[in-house]
Amino acid sequence: MSAPNDSKRDAIFSYGIGYVVALALTAAAFAIVHWPNFVSTTTLSIVLVLAVVQMGVHFRFFLHIGLQKSARDNLQLILFSTLLVILMVSGTLVILFNLRTRMM
Amino acid sequence: MSANEVKHAGLNLGGTDESTHQQAVSPVFGFWLFLMSDAVIFALLFATYGVMLFATVGGPTPASEYKILPVFLETLILLTSSFTFGMASVAMKYDQSRRPLLGWMAVTLVLGLAFLGMELHDFAAMFADGAYPSRSGYLSSFFALVPLHGLHVFFGSIWIIVMMVQVITFGLDARVKINILRLSLFWHFLDIVWIAIFSVVYLQGLIR
Repeated sequence: MSAPNDSKRDAIFSYGIGYVVALALTAAAFAIVHWPNFVSTTTLSIVLVLAVVQMGVHFRFFLHIGLQKSARDNLQLILFSTLLVILMVSGTLVILFNLRTRMM
Repeated sequence: MSANEVKHAGLNLGGTDESTHQQAVSPVFGFWLFLMSDAVIFALLFATYGVMLFATVGGPTPASEYKILPVFLETLILLTSSFTFGMASVAMKYDQSRRPLLGWMAVTLVLGLAFLGMELHDFAAMFADGAYPSRSGYLSSFFALVPLHGLHVFFGSIWIIVMMVQVITFGLDARVKINILRLSLFWHFLDIVWIAIFSVVYLQGLIR
């Protein structure tokens, strides 16, 4: 049953990679806010992109969601939930900010 | 990759404990359903926060209340606790003795409590500053969102204690292992929610 790369060392290594990459992404996001180099909207988009990438890293290395068959049900569930979340959050923001500008 | 579906520790026990791995499939998937509905709750609180962000009614603003250093330290603590819980999962999967598992869980618990302590300290500083939930729409939505995550960490910490007691009293049987798998998903999930909080709430508020 134990495939060649199903060893304790590889498991620890996988968590280690995830940890180091997540640390780097976190540090980058905080650094770019602490020492601003861009206009605020550019900074905000960079921070949000870094956050999405870091979430992907967490799902891949800590929660072990990948394209392998055993994780596929979970992956579909997560992608569908993400779709619902995007629809609800962006819908809320669009409608209420539109209302806000009209009430100004 | 295709010949090796059971590569990872943490989400499955294939390779070292095949029967528990088979039993874990549907409880773990059920727990994923819970996590995703929890994610929807958080997402809607984020939407509320986004809408309320400018409703400060002349009171405290994000830029005046947030401090980057404590948030950075909290982020590092929570991220490290996610890593140590990963080490606990590896210990559960591969080690014969229960001691490494209990040790890593204890480290995770200490980090979780340190995170809660720092967060409560931040909230106390905000309250002392006149930034309390009923002050403005912005602060109401802030205190609906961020302390809800803290509450999750608090109950996760209690859950860690419960699982340590279960490991000590029952040993590592299939039921206890599946419970720890679910707890690990919960803990890693909380770290993902925190990524959204420090990016959307704190860093967005601190951008000049």
